[in-house]
This record gives sequence, C-alpha cells and structure tokens, in this order.
Amino acid sequence: MTTMSSAEPTRRDFLYIATGAVAAIGAAATLVPLIAQMNPDASTIAAGAPVEIDLAPVKEGQVIKVFWRSKPIYISHRTKKEIDEVRAVPVNSLPDPQPDQARVQPGHDAWLVVIGICTHLGCIPLAKQGDYDGWFCPCHGSQYDASGRIRRGPAPANLAIPPYKFVSDSKIQIG
Amino acid sequence: MTGPSTYQPRNAFLKWFERRLPILGLVHSSFVTYPTPRNLNYWWTFGGILSFMLAVQILTGIVLVMHYTPNVDLAFNSVEHIMRDVNYGWMLRYLHSNGASMFFLAVYIHIARGMYYGSYKAPREVLWILGVIIYLLMMATGFMGYVLPWGQMSYWAATVITNLFSAIPLVGDPIVTWLWGGYAVGNPTLQRFFSLHYLLPFVIAGVVVLHVWALHVAGQNNPAGIEPQSDKDTVPFTPYATVKDAFFVALFAILFAWFVFYIPNYLGHPDNYIPANPGVTPPHIVPEWYYLPFYAILRSIPNKLLGVIALFSSILILAFLPWLDTSRVKSGNYRPMFRICFWVFIVVCVGLGYLGSKPPEGIYVITARLFTFLYFAYFLIALPILGLVETPRPLPHSISEAVLIKKKGKMAVAAVTALLVVLAGTLGGTTRASAEEEVATPPMVKWSFGGPFGHFDRGQLQRGFKVYHDVCQNCHSLKLLTFRNLAEPGGPGFSEAQVESLAAEYKVKDTNDQGETVERAARPADHFPPPFENDAQARQVTGGAIPPDMSVLAKARGYERGFPYFLTDMIVPYQEAGPDYIAALVTGYESAPSGFTLPPNTFYNKYFPAHAIGMRPPLTDKQVDYPDGTPQTVEQYGKDVAAFLMWAAEPHLEARKRIGLQVMIFLIVLAGLLYFTKKKVWHEVEVPRELAHGQDPRATSM
Repeated sequence: MTTMSSAEPTRRDFLYIATGAVAAIGAAATLVPLIAQMNPDASTIAAGAPVEIDLAPVKEGQVIKVFWRSKPIYISHRTKKEIDEVRAVPVNSLPDPQPDQARVQPGHDAWLVVIGICTHLGCIPLAKQGDYDGWFCPCHGSQYDASGRIRRGPAPANLAIPPYKFVSDSKIQIG
Repeated sequence: MTGPSTYQPRNAFLKWFERRLPILGLVHSSFVTYPTPRNLNYWWTFGGILSFMLAVQILTGIVLVMHYTPNVDLAFNSVEHIMRDVNYGWMLRYLHSNGASMFFLAVYIHIARGMYYGSYKAPREVLWILGVIIYLLMMATGFMGYVLPWGQMSYWAATVITNLFSAIPLVGDPIVTWLWGGYAVGNPTLQRFFSLHYLLPFVIAGVVVLHVWALHVAGQNNPAGIEPQSDKDTVPFTPYATVKDAFFVALFAILFAWFVFYIPNYLGHPDNYIPANPGVTPPHIVPEWYYLPFYAILRSIPNKLLGVIALFSSILILAFLPWLDTSRVKSGNYRPMFRICFWVFIVVCVGLGYLGSKPPEGIYVITARLFTFLYFAYFLIALPILGLVETPRPLPHSISEAVLIKKKGKMAVAAVTALLVVLAGTLGGTTRASAEEEVATPPMVKWSFGGPFGHFDRGQLQRGFKVYHDVCQNCHSLKLLTFRNLAEPGGPGFSEAQVESLAAEYKVKDTNDQGETVERAARPADHFPPPFENDAQARQVTGGAIPPDMSVLAKARGYERGFPYFLTDMIVPYQEAGPDYIAALVTGYESAPSGFTLPPNTFYNKYFPAHAIGMRPPLTDKQVDYPDGTPQTVEQYGKDVAAFLMWAAEPHLEARKRIGLQVMIFLIVLAGLLYFTKKKVWHEVEVPRELAHGQDPRATSM
C-alpha cells in the first residue's frame, strides 16, 4: 500500500494513460451528436423524395425551371436546330468533352434535364442566353450550350444531370 | 495571477510568443502552479462542476439555436422539430433543459458551502458579491430560457414574472408594457427574451472570469477557515485540484445523465407540452423547482408590493452577508451555535421550496410565513448576534495541523440529518393538506417501455395506431406526426409500402400549377391532416369541446403523484404518468354521483380533473378489430392507444434509453478510473508526510 507510488512507476503510468484515454474517447464521442446535428434532419431528407414532372405543357423551344431538393432543375424541350448544333461540335474541342447523346436519355433526344447550378461557384445561369443558344451565368460569365456543356468562361465542368427517368413519354420522375 | 509568472517555456517559438503575449504564463500560474489549500474537501469541487455546466449549457444552447425559431407561431413546433427530426436533437434539448436544473443544483451547493465555511468574509467580499451577481444573471437566464419553448408554463411564467414589476408604484405599468413590447406577453416579448437568453450566458462567463480572478487574488478559503501560512499548507492546483475536480465532475455527470436519459421530464411540467394559450391559465402554475423558495416567499406576503420587495430582498440580502455576519471565525466547523442556525436555515430553504410547489392555501400559507420569517431571521438576527454571543472552538494554528485533527464525514452526517428532517416535515405537510378535491388515481400499468431498459412493444404500437386510426382521429389531430414516422426505427415498425398505402388514404391540400388549391393523396413525408379546419369547426361538430391535438398528449398529461412518490419516481425511474392517465381516462366513465351537477354536453369521468369532460365515452368493447387475438376490450384499447401516443410524443424514446445505458457505463468507468488516479496523485501528499511525522494516516484519508 505504501510502496506502490514510487516503486512501480509503470503501473501508475498505465493508470494515468488509461484514464486519459477513456476521457479522450468520451470527448470524441461527445462530438458525434454536436457534429451530426448539422447534417440534414429527417424532415429535410424526407422532403427530398422524388418528384414527378408533367412535360406535356412544355412546348418545343421552351425551358422550364422546377425544384428538386431545393435545387433548380432546367428542363429544356430542344428544337431540331439546337440538337443538330450541339451534335455538330467536335467533342474533343470541348473543355469537358462529352457527346450530347450521353447527356439525354435514349429515345428522348429533345429533352435535356440539367441541374441549373453553374459548376463554377454555384450561381444560377440564365436560360436561352449567351453565344451558344444555351445558358449564360451572370456571375462570372460562363457560357453553356444547348446541351448544358461548358463552352467558355471559368466554369470547369458541364451542367450536372440529376437522376431522372421517363415514367411515360410525357412525364419524368426526378430523384 | 498572484505575481510574476515563473513559467519559462523551453521551446523557442513559445519563448518568442510568451514575450509578446504572456497568456501561457497566465494559464500556468492560474491553473497549474496556483497554490490551493491542501485540506479542501469535496464541497470545493462544485466550482469546477459549475464551470463544466456553464460550458455544457453554452455549447448545447448554441447548437439548439441552429434549429429553434423564436416566433409565437413557430417556437413550440420548432422545439418539437428538434425533438423529432434533428439528428440527436432530443439529446441536445434534454441536455440543455436538464442542464439548467443541474446548474442550479450545483450553484446552490456551492453557495451553501460558501455560507457554511464563511467564504464571504474578508478578504473575499468582492469574490462573494461577484458570485451573487452570477447567481442573479443565472436566474434571469434560466427564466428567459424557460419561456422559449412557448408552452403554457412558458407563457404564464413570462406573464407572472414580468408582472412582478407592476408592483412598482407609479411607473410599474409602463415598465411592464416596456418589458413586453406590447399589451401582453407576445411575439416581441419572445424575441427579446431569446436575444437576451443568448447574450446573458456570455455575460455570466465574463463575470465568472472576474470571480476566478478575485479568487486567485484572495486565495481559496478552506474547511479550517484559516489562511495558508507556508508551502506545507498548500498543494499546486495541477495535478491535485484538477484531478479531484475531474473525479467529481464525472460523478456529477452520472447524476446529470440519469436525468437526461431516464427521467428527462421529471423536473418539467406536463403543461409545458401544451402550446401557449393566452386565453387560458393552467389551474396550478408553479415556477421551475429552483425558483420555488423565492416563489413561496412572494406568496406568503399578502401585499403585492411588499411581496415583490420580499422576493427581491431574499436574493439581494446575500450580497450583504460579509457585513451581516459579525463573527471573525470563518469556518462553521468551529462555531457550534452557528452550525445549528445554518442547518435550520438549509431546512427552511428546502421547506420553502416544497411550500412554493403547493397551492397557496391553509396550512401551506401559515408555514410559508413562518419559514419566510426564519429565512430573513438567519441573515438579520442570527448572524449579527451570533458573532457577539458565541464562543468559537479553538482554531488550529495552521492548515496542516487542521488536516491532522480533522474528523471525517461530519458534513455528510449533518446533510443527511437535514434531509431527513425535511422529508419528515414534508410528509407531515402532505398528510394534513390532502383534503383537496377527490380525483381517482390512475392505476400504474406495467409498460414495456418503462424503466432504463424499456422498449416499445411493436404489436402494441400497431394496435394503438389502429385505435387512433379507427376512433380517435375522427376528432383528434396528430399534427406533429408524419406518415414516414410510422416506418422509422423505434416506432410501430410498419413497412415503407404499408406507410405509402396508408398515407394515400388521406387527402392533403396542395397547390397545382395553375395556383389553385387542390386535394391530393398524402405522401409519407406529409403530416397527418387534422380532422377539422379550425377550432370553431371542431366546436360545432363536437358540441362545444375542442379535442386536443394528440402529438405530445402523453407528455402533456399526468397526475399529482404526491409524497413520497414524487421522490421515489426519480429513482425507480417512473416517467409514465401520461400514458397511465390516458389509459385510465378512457375507462373512467361512470354515472355522476348524486349531488354532482354535470354541465350540459359533458360526461362524468372519475380520472378527469373536475370530472366533467367534454369527450363522450370514446370506446366500446369490440369496437376496433384486432386480428392478432388480443382482447378487444376498452381497457386493452386504452393501454394500446396510450402506448402509441407515448411513442408519438417521444419517437426517440428507445434510442434515448439505449444511448443512456452506453453513457452510464462509460461514465461509471471514467469515474472509477478518475477515482484511482486521484488516489494515486494524492497518495504522496497524504500518506508519506504523515508517516514521516509519525501520525496516524487514517486521519487524513479524505
């Protein structure tokens, strides 16, 4: 009893290290709820469920904007001219090479569905503007073509495609 | 803080930094080498515990603000949103709401320790007054925080407390209007309380810095009440005080966790789960427990202005303690007469707390008046006179001498005795005053979800939902619940597909592309639509009554537990008063006894307070079909629907108890390790020296 403190330093050190380690584990575990609470809550996640969009009212040449998971989604009903234009561009000449065929669903060439968020710094590009019959971002001047591909300006990538599918010829489900 | 720092960093960068900002030296001299009296007992660890609690409150508070909305229409639901949807939101909110109680518990012990050992006496008067200021700020902060959930108790607490200022002659009413920012407590009040509730904790933190600064200038008082004279009387703060404080913080955290995870609503009031209603005051309003003694003092004075003056005086008088106590001896250990007065004072304070929770009538008022007199008599009669007439016991010559003659556990014995006296007193008080109106006590059902290891019975939740679905929902809304909740873990365990088809049964309002309001089938993310458009329609259909929303009903109802159950409930732990009441209520219909006049459109129910309930008997045997062979009786329906409503009110109950067990095990391990670490660290101080002096080591094993 009286000899343990100075005679057995290793055992004492073990106790101190064990105590410190357990306290450190506790502190780390405490961080879990404090950090997790900032992630999307259950109601936000539930509100992010897929949405169905009726395409019937969208005329050729028209672009509509819908929201899914608080993000603007552009749905463009492209004209023949627009489709031909974007398919005529040599893919390798693009900053983010991607053929137009890879950006639409097979059999639905007229419909382009993109997330309307500039890949530069998150502004919303304006539809049917710019030099390429596509989108023009008012923040820093990025220009996208009618396939939503970046053509000029500081944005590094094409407009992203959200997950979606055609539930019928005139209806899509986003998400 | 007590002189030039002796801190000498080795590292070149730290040397460079230290010459420009000597903050490390400040920390080193304040929290490492700072000499603390070596005879401090465990009552001195509450300063550390309070710092810990302040940190917990600020941290959880900042997090809660990320999800809370200070608006009269949104506040209540945003708190429920925290409880239901935010990740770990239930834990953070329960930590914060119970943390306030723990903070006050710790501060009361801290204050009582200072009063017993004379820590307010020279040269520590400023230190003491700073403490009183912190306490006042805590009271203001706690009160305003209690208003934020915007339940019935929040609203009426805000109304009553702000009305205290209306007692001020001439300018009272304009001041109250100014406090409210309106003609009554309302949205402006809520928003300013929110702003101040966020501000004040940082003011408290600032005053705490001053408090600690003053402490480090004067040095700590100690159980002997004499100042350290040599290095033999003190030990460095780190590791000695640090590890001792850490051990006690861990013990305190166990108590805290018990409340948070097993009895989170024990210290609250069911009424605060009813949204604020400016038109109806709850029949029995009381403040949170930590204000009860002052509330009792307020009510014991039959004059409005004098009552308010007594209330504020009872707190402010603490600031004058250094001059009211005329004795030169600090520690109560050496003052035999003072000691008696002190413990009577403690009993009086606890007694006032109990009386504050009771209705202001009969014996309670008389006792409260006597206790109010005794409260002030301690400060104004006992302390000034004692110093003149009392013969103190001889003081030890030094702290190291005091350590050797110290007797163990005296305080603990006294504390336990005081507690027993208080319990006996309250028992007497209860038996005499139980002649209130006779309401039957709901039988205690053995719930599967009770106790620390409780789980919901999925079958029971599904049956309970069926009862709600087939019967209750015709009149009662369940607004805070969404269909998806029914499939979430810890709930009735419906499948996603079941929930989808169930939701599709309901119609919710939406807007179509043309801007018209249309009805569409509900989706899992939707809330349960209410059965009535508004209260007026509800009244039309039901014949006068407004059926309450059932989302948090199981937490918004309960019944008077009475002595001694309200104490044992803490330990058992019993949190099921709500479901017990609901299960009893549906079976409690009887024909009214002769002499009882039932108002029109009401029914006699023996469990309902005042008995006349607007709800017709909702259930009959065999009304709801149970495919699983469970008895189809009203009693069984009542239990099932009560269990379902408990889940609806607290969807994360299972997670709470599961995580609670993990936290408990962790804290017990940590406290055990800290205990042995503390023993090791203190071993060299306590044992070898006394052996070297040829003394009995057992005398100092504290």
